[in-house]
Amino acid sequence: MAERVGMMVSLAIGEAVKLANVDVVAAYPITPQTHIVEHLAELVAEGELDASYIPVESEHSAMSACLGSAAVGARTFTATAGQGLELMHEVLYVAASMQLPVVMTVANRALSAPLSVWGDHSDAMAVRDTGWIQIFTESGQEVFDNVLCAFRIGEDKRVLLPVMVHLDGFHLSHMIEPILIPDKSDVDKFLPPNKYPLPLDPEKPVTMGAFGPPIIYSETRKAQEENLQASKKVILEAWKEFNDIFGRSYSPVESYRTENAKTLLLTMGSYSQTAMTTIDKMRGEGKDVGLVRLRLWRPFPLKELSEAVKGAETIVVFDRALSLGGQAGPVCSEVRSALYNSDGRPKITNIIGGLGGRDVSPAGFEEIINRGMEMAQKGSDREYEIYGVRE
Amino acid sequence: MADNYIKYGKRQVTKDEYLAPGHRACIGCGEALAVRLACKALGPNTIIVAATGCMEIISSQLPWTSWRVPWIHTLFENTAAVASGIESGLKAMARKGIKPDKKVNVVATAGDGGTSDIGLQALSGALERGHNFVYICWDNEAYMNTGIQRSSATPYGASTTTAPAGKKSIGQVTWKKNMPLIAAAHNIPYVATATPSYPFDLMDKVAKAAAIEGPAYVHIFSVCPTGWRSAPEMTIELGRLAVQTGVFPLYEVENGKYKLNVNIVRRKPVQDYLKLQGRFRHLSEDDIKIIQDRTDKDYEALMELVAKGKE
Amino acid sequence: MPFKSESEVTWKDIEIGSIVVEPGSAEQYSTGGWRSQRPVSDYSKCNKCGLCYIYCPEGCIEQQEDGFYKANLFYCKGCGICAQECPKDVITMVEEEG
Repeated sequence: MAERVGMMVSLAIGEAVKLANVDVVAAYPITPQTHIVEHLAELVAEGELDASYIPVESEHSAMSACLGSAAVGARTFTATAGQGLELMHEVLYVAASMQLPVVMTVANRALSAPLSVWGDHSDAMAVRDTGWIQIFTESGQEVFDNVLCAFRIGEDKRVLLPVMVHLDGFHLSHMIEPILIPDKSDVDKFLPPNKYPLPLDPEKPVTMGAFGPPIIYSETRKAQEENLQASKKVILEAWKEFNDIFGRSYSPVESYRTENAKTLLLTMGSYSQTAMTTIDKMRGEGKDVGLVRLRLWRPFPLKELSEAVKGAETIVVFDRALSLGGQAGPVCSEVRSALYNSDGRPKITNIIGGLGGRDVSPAGFEEIINRGMEMAQKGSDREYEIYGVRE
Repeated sequence: MADNYIKYGKRQVTKDEYLAPGHRACIGCGEALAVRLACKALGPNTIIVAATGCMEIISSQLPWTSWRVPWIHTLFENTAAVASGIESGLKAMARKGIKPDKKVNVVATAGDGGTSDIGLQALSGALERGHNFVYICWDNEAYMNTGIQRSSATPYGASTTTAPAGKKSIGQVTWKKNMPLIAAAHNIPYVATATPSYPFDLMDKVAKAAAIEGPAYVHIFSVCPTGWRSAPEMTIELGRLAVQTGVFPLYEVENGKYKLNVNIVRRKPVQDYLKLQGRFRHLSEDDIKIIQDRTDKDYEALMELVAKGKE
Repeated sequence: MPFKSESEVTWKDIEIGSIVVEPGSAEQYSTGGWRSQRPVSDYSKCNKCGLCYIYCPEGCIEQQEDGFYKANLFYCKGCGICAQECPKDVITMVEEEG
């Protein structure tokens, strides 16, 4: 019987990893992810999770140990945030291009300087192009479910890619929420054992990580890109299977009350849930606004996004990170680029907020939507505005 | 020859080549020879983790490979961390019955740059955590793969491209970082120094390191004719001279006890070793005296540790 | 089968993670073209100690049926270590012509 338990989301991640029967956890603590790695250490110490726990000496080594573990075919997990994600930056590219499936939860945290342990999406945006499959989540249940899906997707023979599950630092990682913990037998139905096809094995020696001179590098990159794009099919399949077994469905882009909406707000992560209450209020006042939430970040769901925004005149993209020196926030840049060639493309404006852990209230989102609409109608002397900055 | 034939003699050496000929190492490369001999001691039941460096570049150009054992290269500074993951992954899968519980040698290999500079953190972490693996450092005393830049293993007075000898500089102004002592300070079960000029000693030590439970560190002095500007045919002779002058003593540290493998009663003058290498050509007699004094001092310090080991 | 040349490789040929599955496939590359001198042996002096075989960085010295050791010229780079180290002066390095 599935059990409904109230627990901190970070700890729920540990429970999902335990149900997935992970073989190796190589992790380094960093706020606000610490409770994840602490709970996993506890589960191992108490014998509830049979895994080798490697207390590495830095995040660079955490991801490097994960490479080794995945290379021999072990189910591998790690977690990090902010500066930790940046410290392992070069290793992230290697995990993806060497096709070593690792699952990592990232408790999204603002990047220094100044030092900030609080949440925003700057760490996630810095690793956009690393080649990982990336999924954003909004609630504790979503994180829990998508950790299980991540193993299923990443280890699939047709994919063999590392997967990042993003959750907002503090705003989600430290929330106590009711989590429906499924039965182990149901998880086993959904998640087959890991069978990496070409592991390091003296019985069948392979060479991993050979170097690529100019005459061959382009071919390896094209192969990698084709594989990442093709993974979407497996992601959709996995989410469908998850729904069949557990009754909760996920899709690359999710819409909330977007029927006949002329104006759409686009968000990612847990702030979407706050935005939903704003949409409810504004709809109640007869305004035709709706909310589009991006769940699958990489590979970017172009088709699903185009479908979701059909008929809208204005999209207000809410970014939780800056692209310093750029035209707009990272998500807005991607959305504009994605919709540029579409017929009757909507006006797209950009508000950036929620930086370094700053809250946005439901009223705040109403201001954001209104200001975004105003910028669309009257134009603005700036490509984007930062919400709530004291002038 | 003052070799100790403990386990390895010519007859015990396997004919198998785990680093296939046709690799692109320089003519007379001491490091390629070290790899070749170490692999013979390790055997086919081995997984090698390699750092970016000479040995990686000469052996793994897509779409081919020179390796006949499972081999993985990822980055420059994380060899010991990747090896930690491999060791832990294999251990977990064996314990959980996912894969058969077979003994496999997990061997992390890197150059002096990938060990004593950029790789030091990962190495220290892996040694402290006590993983069951061998770490081999191929020490050719500079970042040779990228064109002879200095490392912390470059010896005093050597000219490299980033610490060149000139009017205002002697070249390397610091003394070689003592990696074997640093490894020993982690209280691991086995540390050894070796060089291909004493091939059976080298193979003994690598085999011993692989057989030991827990972390083992082997530091292999690898003559580099290209970087040291020495004659390619003198590679073995130079390694021999390094040992006979006391510049690179051959010893083991087993559970903290030091043991000298090749005791040179009357050491040759370091000048005999230095004069065969272009990287030391600029040194004055005074410079050489400084090197001689320091070599003597360090050798005496090692002898004290060895004496303590006999108690 | 290992590729004969890089330019044969299309993006569809790339293995997962660019893994190379044929062990030792680089052995098809002839490093013999690098040398400017080659080892020549006078076996009348040879006692088959095998040190030349031990010290060759290429691993290209092979023991023949008669027990004597010979360098495989497909790979031999002509470093001269075998000649230098042979305790019986069996090997001489001879200039390659051309």
